[in-house]
Order: sequence, then C-alpha cells, then structure tokens
Amino acid sequence: MTTMDRLVGAGVARIDGPAKVRGTAPYAYEQDPGEPICHVAVVQSTVNRGRISRLDPSRAEAMPGVLAVLTPANAPRLGHGLASDLPVLQSLDVHYQGQIVAVVVAETSEIARAAVGAVAVEYSAQGPDVVLSAERPDLYAPDKLMAGFETDSVIGDVDGALASAAVTVDATYSTPTQHNNPIEMHTSMARWDGDRLTMWDANQGPHTIVNDLVAAFELERDQVRVISPYVGGAFGSKAFTHPNQIVAAMAARVVGRTVVFELSRQQMFSLVGHRTPTIQRVRLGADADGRLTAISHEVVEHTSRINEFAEQTATPTRVLYAAPHRRTTHRLARLDVPPPTIMRAPGETPGMFALESAMDELAHQLGLDPVELRIRNEPARDPERDLPWSSRNLVACLRTGAERFGWAGRDLAPGVRADGRWLIGTGVAAATYPTRRRRAECRITGHGDGRWTVEIDGSDIGTGAWTALTQVAADALGVGLDAVELRIGDSALPFAGGAGGSTGMTSWGSAIVLTARDVRRELDEKHGGVLPPRGIVVKGGVPGESPHASDWSMHAFGAHFVEVRVDRDTGEVRLPRATSVYAAGTIVNARTARSQFLGGFSMGVSMALHEESVADARLGHYVNHDLAGYHIATNADIGELDVHWLEEDDPYVNELGMKGIGEIGITGAAAAVANAYWHATGLRVRDLPITPDKYFRELGAG
Amino acid sequence: MDTEITLRVDGAAHPLTVDTRTTLLDALRERLRNTSPKKGCDHGQCGACTVLLDGRRVNSCLVLAVTVDDADVTTSDGLAAGGEPHALHRAFVEHDAFQCGYCTPGQICSAAGVLAEARAGWPSGVTDPGEDGGDLTDDEIRERMSGNLCRCAAYANIVPAVAEVAAAEGVRR
Repeated sequence: MTTMDRLVGAGVARIDGPAKVRGTAPYAYEQDPGEPICHVAVVQSTVNRGRISRLDPSRAEAMPGVLAVLTPANAPRLGHGLASDLPVLQSLDVHYQGQIVAVVVAETSEIARAAVGAVAVEYSAQGPDVVLSAERPDLYAPDKLMAGFETDSVIGDVDGALASAAVTVDATYSTPTQHNNPIEMHTSMARWDGDRLTMWDANQGPHTIVNDLVAAFELERDQVRVISPYVGGAFGSKAFTHPNQIVAAMAARVVGRTVVFELSRQQMFSLVGHRTPTIQRVRLGADADGRLTAISHEVVEHTSRINEFAEQTATPTRVLYAAPHRRTTHRLARLDVPPPTIMRAPGETPGMFALESAMDELAHQLGLDPVELRIRNEPARDPERDLPWSSRNLVACLRTGAERFGWAGRDLAPGVRADGRWLIGTGVAAATYPTRRRRAECRITGHGDGRWTVEIDGSDIGTGAWTALTQVAADALGVGLDAVELRIGDSALPFAGGAGGSTGMTSWGSAIVLTARDVRRELDEKHGGVLPPRGIVVKGGVPGESPHASDWSMHAFGAHFVEVRVDRDTGEVRLPRATSVYAAGTIVNARTARSQFLGGFSMGVSMALHEESVADARLGHYVNHDLAGYHIATNADIGELDVHWLEEDDPYVNELGMKGIGEIGITGAAAAVANAYWHATGLRVRDLPITPDKYFRELGAG
Repeated sequence: MDTEITLRVDGAAHPLTVDTRTTLLDALRERLRNTSPKKGCDHGQCGACTVLLDGRRVNSCLVLAVTVDDADVTTSDGLAAGGEPHALHRAFVEHDAFQCGYCTPGQICSAAGVLAEARAGWPSGVTDPGEDGGDLTDDEIRERMSGNLCRCAAYANIVPAVAEVAAAEGVRR
C-alpha cells in the first residue's frame, strides 16, 4: 500500500480530454452501429389538453424516402408500468403541448423533417391551464417530496415566535420555469438484432434506461444493452427515460433498421423535462442580536397533469440555520405542462435563492453584517433531525471566503457606491447540498501482466468521472494510472445508479475502493500477495447509504461572495468577480473538481440574470423555446472566479471521505448575485431572473 | 433535389451527393460521418458546429453544403496537423476548459478564428474606438468567444486557455 493516496487529490488532466478537444470522442449520435442509419422526426401536439380528432399521415407516407409514419392507430402496443410520459402513441389523448402524436422514419434527416410537415392533425381541445399562483384553490400537499423527503416539517410555535420577534422579514420570492438545456441534445440510436435491442444513448445512467426499455418492449434484461460512454452534458434532464428512447426503439423495430432520433433544440423544451417554477414565502423572526427565533418557508410549485413531481425546495431550510421554531411546507398545482424533472440541485437551487435572500434582508433590518448574521445562527446539530453533523464547516467557508474576497470593511448601506454609470455592490450567500451514497457494484479484473480492468456502469456527463474514478482505482489497487483501464457507461457493466444527486463519486468511487480491498485480501489469502499469471476477477460493491447515515447528518457546505456592477441608465448587470469556498470532504481531482465548482456557480449566475422559460397563458407553449430566446450565461457574462476549498476529513460519509460536488456550486449562487445587486442599487428583486426591465420596475415602485 | 459537390474537409477532398437542403453541418456529420463539429441547436444560436471555412469561423449549421463546393473546411480534428495536437488543444486540456466536451470542438475552431482575427487587427465590440484589435485581453477573449455557449460553463477556464495561446502567438501584449 505504499502508493496509497498518491493519486487521490492530484489534479490529473482528463483522460478523455485529448479526444474531446479534437471532437473524436463518440457521443450517442456519433457511434457506429455497423449499418446505415435512418432518421426519426416527430409530430408534436399543438394543444395542451384534449384529444386527437383527426390524424392523416397519407401525404407524408407517400413522400419518397419515407419508410414509415407511426401514429396511435398503427404504433406497436407497449407494456405496462411505464412512467406517465413514456407510453408514446398509445392513445389519442393529449396531456401537454409538445406531446408526440406521430413519428416519421425516413432515409435522411431532411426527408424526415419535411414529412413531419405533411402529417395532418386536428384536435378537440380545452384551453390551457399553465399559470402557477399561490392563490390557486387547487393547490394540494403531495404525500412525499422527491428523494423521499417529508412534505412539511413543523417544530415549535412558528406563528407565536414570529409575532413576538424583535425583528421580522416576510417576503415572497419566485423563480421561473427553467430548462436544463445540455448542449448535446437528447439522442437515441436503436438497433434490433432479432429480439435483442442495442441503444446508443445520451443519458446519466444506462441501467436506468434499460429498466424502462425492458418494461416498454416486454423483454428480459439481457435482451437490452444501452451504451453511453460520452454524454454532452445533462444537468438532470438525462437522468430518467424520456420519450426519445421509446420512440427510437419502436421506430427501429417497425422499419427493421437502425434509426437515430436526435431531438431538436426546440423539442428540448417539451420532451425532456424542466425545473418547476416556484413561489416561496419566507418569514424570519430574530431577536435584537440577530439570533433566529423562527423560520417559515412555504413553497408553491407545479407538476404536470400526468405525473407528480414534487420538488424538495424548502429542504435546505431544514438544515442551514438554528432556530427553535420552524416550518417548511410544499404545495403543488397540477397544470397542463410537460412533466417536470430534476435540474441541477433540485430543491436546493430555488430554495436557497429564497432563504439566502431573506437572510440578507434580515441582516439589513438588523444593521448587521450578513456574514456575521449567518455565523450567529450556526447550529451545533442538525436543527430538524437533531443529529450531530458528520462534518460541517460553513463558518470556516464564510470566514475564509470573506478574507479571500476582501469583505472586511464593507459598507452596509445599499446604493451608495458608483464608478461613473456603474453602481457597485457585493453580496454573500451560503451553499449546501446533502451527501449520500447509493448501491453500486463493481468488477475488477487483474491481468497476469499487471494491468487491471475496472468495470462499473458509472457515467461521465462532464463531471470528470472517467479521470477521478481511474485515480481512485489506481490508488486502491496500489498501482499507477496507466495500469488501470476503466470501463463505464454501458449497461452490460456491473450495476450502478445514474449520475445524480451528487452521488457519482460517493457511490461508484466507494464501490471501487471496497472491491479493490477484496482484491487485495484475495491476493493475500490465496496468492501470497502476488497477482497470479492467470489473473483474478473479483466482484464487490456498496449496498447503499453509509452505515452512519441514520446517526449523522451529512452535508457539504460553501459560501459565495460576488461583486456586481449595475448600469444606472440601462439596468444591465455585470459580474466582474466572485469567490466561492467549499468544505466538501476529500477532493479527488483538484483540476476537474474546480471545474465542477465554477461550472455550478456560473450556472447559478445564469439563473440569477438570464434564465426563464415563458409560458404563454393563452396558447400554452413556452414562447422562447430555443437558445436565442432562452438565454444562458455566455463567456462575457462571467468574470474572474476564485474557487477554493478547505481541508475536511469526514470519517462517516464513505470510504474516502468524499462529498458530492456536482451540485453545491449552483446552490446559493443566485442569492449571492441578488444580494450584491441590492447592495449596488438598493433595489430588491425577488423574482428571478434579474433582467433590466425589473430594474426599472423596482425603480418605479420605489 | 440532389446535387453533386466536392467537400474539402481537413485537407481531403470528398465527392458527395447532397440534398440541396443539406447544411454543411449535416453533410459533415450525416454524410461524411465527420462528427468533430457538433449539433447543439441547428439555428446558429450555440456555436457548437463552428468550423473554419477558408480560414474564417462559421456556424456550419447556417451554411448550405451546396454553397461551399470546393471551399476548404477545417474542423477541430483537422487542426491537429499530422495527428499532433494544436496549441489550443493542449491549452484546453491543461486549463480544463471544458467538462462534457460537446461544445469544445466548436470552441476551439472559434478560438482559432479569434486568433486569426486578432492577427489581422480586427476590432471587436469591446475594442476601444481607434485601437486595433490585435491585443487579446481577457475582456476581448470573453467578448469574442461569446458566440460559443458552454452549458457546463467552463468560461472561466476557456479565457486563460485562449490567452495562453494568444500570448504565444504574439496577439496578447
């Protein structure tokens, strides 16, 4: 074990990097299926709720090069037990705008797209119901939230404590519908060989997709193989099966050839999920010294008519600050919208915007530094589960960040610093994300020549897993990087859950470490500590959560400090610099981890300033359904980013003391920007995104 | 309607029959199976399909293949002359200027275009009036690279990667 810990922590350059920069790493569309590829294009409903009254594919079917047009009248019947948006073409009913109502298969993409326009469809439809409000009479409490969280939590007498608090904040914040929009559009290429299906697919975990294909086509697991070694971003939208995988497999089976279905960017706004909009009322009560006596966080959000997706928006409020009286609630409205899904840090991302904005408002009421306010409310134990922290270094992140950023001596007053036309302000917010571990299996093969093959159905959606898992494996086996060949992204490999919930490294990395321990034990017990010439194969893994998960509260923490400049004449917002400091356990790869942190933070800046999917209340669709209308941060929107992390040793979370880092960066980021915006302008924008029109709206209101 | 053209891609000539509706991007990806340029929107909004057309950067999804008969097309893969990585390839790997890698070949072609534009002294939207555009400051790089979206948001690493090559090429003072 002399080389133990040699590689974990090192900033190894991405092993998939040289192929990716040249563009030769094959993403789903780019795989070679071994035969010519036909193309799928789809007809989508133009109404939100109703029924197809007429569907005539004859003109499309007659076009040269069209191989098939599938409709509810002729599509193969699918098996049962599928998520509600997956039974494609199984009924004439329409549940959301953009639902697939016909599928064209053609020799070329040009012909397929042209044929879509030749399919005639008419509907009998009701008007769309797509507008969320906190006053809707049909709001309801779901049984549970996503990831198994309780819908509500109530401790103590919140209303009584608020009524008697020396200082209170009562504010309502909103976040809009957002779309994940990875730059690689969802793509599925399907090939049948008899009753065996191979799919090259863009997803966050092949095993997840296999489950639904098995159910849809009534197959055995060993009849389906999903291959996804390279994935062009995901951010949650590629975690679960969507209609594209079902359509590709169905079309390929009908025409008896390999087909590919690559969504258009526009289709990414209806077929692969979105983040629910939220309306969040936060009430804080504090004593005159700034110690919180009550926290109330009430969330209203939407789900679709055909599925229940209950985002866990107020859950960070259950862990972040101490207060004796506390309440969090979640209420849903079922609307005529496509099914929502997870998007980077579902729950924490919108929830932390509200909570951390409210904390800033409270600091202003108290005349207290917002860093100090947070430090004063640091809980010694998990305030709702009443458990000790496995490790918690939020205060150290705040203090270190303040020092790196140059926070000391900051003027508390808003709207008083200017550089010509530019109003200047600074803001802070905390970040947090839970640490979990999931079941994962691994197979390690030692070859007689000293090389090792490590197999696990993990997934690299840009996270750096290809590299970081190789580092973990090399250290655990006590060999160099070059001696390890990692295989991930293929359902034929041992089981692993998908890349989601920041559980990739904590689960797959732990599975590799434990399996490597078994390897070394077997070598010691049976082979005198030496790899035998004929090699060995060892299977192992982790069963699920850490055995300490019910006794310790496990979370990563961080703090963001940002400077913004706001043009006093146009309301334009610039972000020249920011510092983020994290305490997230063992950092496996210093280079790729930094990219995870700064990428997450930058997506939070994008959320703060740009992102909003606008639903048309009359026509029911997302008006701005492309990248010209749905703005995400560009290069010029992001300034100098200082990313730093603290040493943190956590013996409880998993074998290497790792905490997931893919999502914490986005949490709190939008609040830090909004707080800096208030400090610059004196204007509190509580409805994201902070676009220039809101500058003038708030100026007028003020 | 089909038309016969010759596409010269990364130094090799490819006689090809294309539908007149076929974009340069689809001709590369679907006909030639050259998948170095990526499709991210098909509408000129994301920049993932950026290639160099006779040395200038273009969104290949906005170019019809029939209009580039006999033009020189260079993809990021083609920038690796003789299989040797381009300086931009090395810099992007070194600075971890990408995560998922899907927008990256377009980013690199775009950066190659930026370097050429700076060598020619072309100004950008943030160049001071009267100054030439031959000095790729961080702000110049941010501005000129903003036609290439990166959803992983590796922007803060793309800037130093391009800056390093710009300095080596004498277009960053």
